[in-house]
This record gives sequence, structure tokens and C-alpha cells, in this order.
Amino acid sequence: MDSDDEFHSGQSSDDFMIDDDSDTGLPEDDSDIDEVDIGFESQEKITKPGRKSYEVEFKVYSPQDIQSYQDKQIDEVSTILGQPPEITAILLRHMRWNKERLIEQYMDAQEQMLENVGLDQDIAGPPRIETKKNFMCDICCDDQPGLETFAMKCGHRFCVPCYKHYLSRKIKEEGEAARIRCPGEDCNRIVDSKSLDLLVATDLKERYQELLTRTYVDDKENLKWCPAPNCVYAVDCGVKQRDLLKIVPTVHCDCGHNFCFGCTLTDHQPAPCALVRKWLKKCEDDSETANWISANTKECPKCRSTIEKNGGCNHMTCRKCRHEFCWMCMGVWSEHGTSWYSCNRYEEKSGSDARDAQAKSRQSLERYLHYYNRYANHEQSAKLDKDIYIKTEKKMSQLQNSSGMSWIEVQFLEEASRALQQCRQTLKWTYAFAFYLARNNQTEIFEDNQKDLEMAVENLSEMFEKPVDQLAKLKVDMLDKTTYCNKRRVILLSDTADNLKAGKWEFNVELTG
Amino acid sequence: MSATRRLQKELLKLQEHLPPGISLVQADNFETWLMDIKVLDDNPLYRGDTYRLKFHFSSSYPIEAPEVTFITSPTTPKIPMHPHVYSNGIICLDLLDRQGWSPVHNVESVCMSLQSMLTGNEKNERPPGDADFVKSNRRRPRDISFYFHDEKV
Ligand SMILES: [Zn+2]
Ligand SMILES: [Zn+2]
Ligand SMILES: [Zn+2]
Ligand SMILES: [Zn+2]
Ligand SMILES: [Zn+2]
Ligand SMILES: [Zn+2]
Repeated sequence: MDSDDEFHSGQSSDDFMIDDDSDTGLPEDDSDIDEVDIGFESQEKITKPGRKSYEVEFKVYSPQDIQSYQDKQIDEVSTILGQPPEITAILLRHMRWNKERLIEQYMDAQEQMLENVGLDQDIAGPPRIETKKNFMCDICCDDQPGLETFAMKCGHRFCVPCYKHYLSRKIKEEGEAARIRCPGEDCNRIVDSKSLDLLVATDLKERYQELLTRTYVDDKENLKWCPAPNCVYAVDCGVKQRDLLKIVPTVHCDCGHNFCFGCTLTDHQPAPCALVRKWLKKCEDDSETANWISANTKECPKCRSTIEKNGGCNHMTCRKCRHEFCWMCMGVWSEHGTSWYSCNRYEEKSGSDARDAQAKSRQSLERYLHYYNRYANHEQSAKLDKDIYIKTEKKMSQLQNSSGMSWIEVQFLEEASRALQQCRQTLKWTYAFAFYLARNNQTEIFEDNQKDLEMAVENLSEMFEKPVDQLAKLKVDMLDKTTYCNKRRVILLSDTADNLKAGKWEFNVELTG
Repeated sequence: MSATRRLQKELLKLQEHLPPGISLVQADNFETWLMDIKVLDDNPLYRGDTYRLKFHFSSSYPIEAPEVTFITSPTTPKIPMHPHVYSNGIICLDLLDRQGWSPVHNVESVCMSLQSMLTGNEKNERPPGDADFVKSNRRRPRDISFYFHDEKV
């Protein structure tokens, strides 16, 4: 096994080393106007020297970062237009932060543009709260003398409590910020930040800023929110929609979540977004058919006693007859990893087996189930591995107390667990990828890489099932296996990414961006 | 509460004067009112019919739009046929949703808008997907809920 692995790893790493020198590897055509202004790009673009070919450049921003970039842009454009910042901010938001187009259109037709956003009248003079004689508020019908009132330049005047109530409702309940209009009927005037400052309470101002930041990110192609629940970070990445057939842009948020910048789903390397969409759709459509696989119990292929899977490892040993087999293909375990046996590869039946339509459709279902089974299994195993880790973690802390091992000394378990999760996530998607792969001379290397990673993962996963008192002794071995898993993953991902970029994969479906 | 004072004023005004084709059926509290509307011109779709509207006001009215639906009653047995009116009486009109509502609108202006929406209509049809919507919808008209399928590992 070793010599075999070395051969592939050597070959693949050469492949991606060559590509590594060629910068981002993405087409460098940022020529059209829409994309010239990409927020806070220029100063940030540092090319990481050690970047692998499946990695993309990205940067994680906190809400404060985004706020200050926003302010900076507003100031910049404000000087050019000769308009105060609060007006400039409204205009920029109106133009979805495309500052070149804003400046151009503003220079061409200033009046028209100001009118479009309800800023057409005299825009100097700060907004004020006033009391008016004989005033009755059209919202609450209050007409007490001395009632405080407010109106923007459009003259739609309401009492201050109503105005406040209106704004707080828009911000709090309706999540609006950038485009809140005057409460007057059919009035297009947008409530500017100065008026807002005057009228809303401090806690609402924070929410308002948050919402403004939200629309800022939503409006920009190079920015996306991390989709993890409760995460407040945004990620900046230059990969465009049209690049997604050539690259799978996985980014890593500071919160620990890895997701695809292209479609915001959880990391799905090596499969491109378009394949992922197709695959998920297929799994949804075929879920009935595939359901029978899901169960966590199977029969031992030798003695037929029921076996329950309670860890992520696919190397099963029957408690009763000690038969060792592979959970995924139910084949004999000892035959795994030898040259003629392969659990990961689907063997196409010869043409004569599938002459009539029914046989053909059965064959295509079998093929699908082969890949689906493995896809679902890795997903499930990743969960089980995690459960085991959580249990082990508890036991390790007990062990720390009783045997005096230090916290640092048990960290190898955490690392191993993380590697397992990540490798299984990758493996899972290699099966969706393989399902759509048409055979050519690249596929064999891919399947070998897949098999090698799979074996590495199973070997590591197996160690988690060892009793806790043995774990301390296995530390060095476990660290080695962890390193090896990570290495196999890098090799597989580099190889698939290189070929994807070079257009060397052939798919059995049409891929559209 | 501001809703009460505002509705009191509206009620006084409605009791004094009502636009043609609009009548006040019931307004004995400040939560739910019933109004009837008639289409005045000779539109064959609505000729001779009266339709009942139920207004429901929250305490944030008129900052928040009222919930307005067509309902049936012994004297008003029909829900008007219109591509923006579902057969369960739910109305899809921009004036009544968050974006379109302005606090200076009132019961009278809503009635008039709906009246003219019917007047101008020539299509004898329901919104697309009416049957499914009516069968499955248990939500209140303005509660559109979003969800996203997150794929945690
Ligand atoms: Zn008022
Ligand atoms: Zn106004
Ligand atoms: Zn995050
Ligand atoms: Zn994606
Ligand atoms: Zn057995
Ligand atoms: Zn197997």
C-alpha cells in the first residue's frame, strides 16, 4: 500500500506545484464597469505564497470593518460630488455602491438623480424638531398646542411621537434601513441619517447601522455573509459567478464555518456548485428510493446477526462471528486496499446485461445508489465520528484528572477529529462528483486518490473506537495517521482542482453556471 | 393609545359623510370594523352585488397597515372575482403591504382603493395558484415567513 501511495502523492503534488506559481489562476478580466468597484479590494490583495491550487484568496470582515470601509467610500465620493455625507450615502445606496456609475450619472444629470431619490429640493439646512400653530397630526389626529412635530424637506409634517413610532417599526419589525421613505402618502423622499439621528433612540441606531451594513454587503458581488447561524462576519472574495465552473471557492470564516463563496452551502469541494445543485436536486427527487439505505443497522454478511453501527468507522467486526467486513460495500475487509479490490469504484455492467429498458433503468438506479450510498454514509459517519469525539473528550478530561496528563497532551484527539470531519466532508462530495464524471484518463487517478483518502480516513476513524485507556499509548500513531489523512486530502483536492481549471474533466451532464 | 384616537376621528368622519358605494356596517370597538362596498359603474362582473370587508386594527394602527379581507355574510354571499383576490377573501394589494402602506391612509381610502380596483377589472379570474393557496394557507396575510435550509455537518 505504501509504495502505491507514494507514487500517486509524488505525481499529484508535482502537478499542483507547477500551477501554484501562476497567481490566482483565475481569468483576469475585470474589464466591465459593473465590477471595477469591488469595495475594499486593492490594499488587501496579498498573494499567499503557500496557497494550494484548490484554495482561493479571501478575507473575513467584522461588522466594524465593513462599517469603516463604508464610511471611507462615502467620504471619498462625498468630496467628489460636493454633497454632504448623508446625501452621498443615500445616493451610493441607491446606486448599489457602484461609485463609478454614480459619479458618471450624477455628472450627467444631477437634478434627475436627486429627484429619483427624493432629494430634489434645497438640501442644505439641518433637520429640526418644531412646534407649529394649529397643527393636527394626520397619523394620530392629535392637535394639542405645543405638540412637537417633524418634517423633512418634502413638508410632510407629523408629530414627533408618530414619526418615532413609524421609524422604529420600520427598523425593528420590518428590517428596513437604506430605503425608508417619508410616511407621507406617495412620497419618495428617503429618510436620511441626520433625520434619523434626531428621531430614533440609541438602541435603534445600532440596529439601523447593522441593517445598513447588511444592505451594503448584499449589494456587493465580492462580499457575502457567513451563513452560519448567528455569525456576524462577512467574507470578501473575488471569485465571480462565471468562474464557478472552473473553481470551487471554499472560504473559512473566523467563526470556524467553511462554506462555498459561490453558493454559500457548506464546503463541497471538489464538486463544482453546478454539480452540487444537480446532485442535491436528484437526492431530493429520489429520496424515497434511497431511503431504505439510511438505517443504522445491517446484517452481518456471514452469520446474519444484526450489527449496529455506532461509530464513524466503516471497518466492521461482527461481535458474534468476528467476521470483518466493509459497512459500505459489505465486502470482506481484508480485501480492501489491495490492487484488485475497490470499494469506491462503481463497476459498469457490460452492455449485454442491460439490453431492455427495464434493465437499463435498474442499472442506472444501481449506479446512483452506489454513489448515493457512499455519499450518505460519509455524511452519517462524520456525525458519528463527532459523537465519539465528544464522548472521548469527556473521558480524556477524566483521564487528565486521574493520570496527570496535561490538556496539551490530549490535543491530538481534537486534531484527529477535525481532520476526520474535514476529510469525510471532502469524501462525501467526491461521490457526488464521481457520479457525474464521464470516464476518461483522469478518472482512474481520481478514483485512486479517492480510495487512498478513504482508507486513510477509515484507519484513523478506527482508532477513535479504541478504549480510552489505550488512547494515550496510541498518540504518536494517531498523529501520524492524522497527518497522512490531511496529506491525502490535499492531494485529492489539488488534482481535481487542477483538472477543473484546465477543463480536463468530462461530465455526463451539461454544466451551466 | 394612538390607534384609538385616530379611529375615533375616522369614525366621526365616516358617520358624517361616506363616499358613494361605501357603507359602514359595524364599528363598535377599535379592533374590528365591517364595511360594505359596491361597484358603481356597470361592470358586469360585479353588477348588483355588495361585498363585505373586514378591517382588523392592531394597536400600532395606522403606523401598521390594517388587515383587510373580504368576508361573506347572509347579505353579502360573494367574494368578488379578481386576479388579486383569493377565494378565501385574502387580498393582494400593494397598498396593504408594508412597502405600499402609508400611515396617512385610512379606512375610507382603503375602501375607495378596493372599489376602484374592482371597477377597473375585466378579468373573471382568481390569482394563479388560488386553489393551492386557499387549501394550504394558515398564515395571516402579512406574515410571510422565510426559511433557509442550512446544511450543518
Ligand atoms: Zn401624530
Ligand atoms: Zn414626504
Ligand atoms: Zn462565520
Ligand atoms: Zn458552491
Ligand atoms: Zn457475524
Ligand atoms: Zn467496501
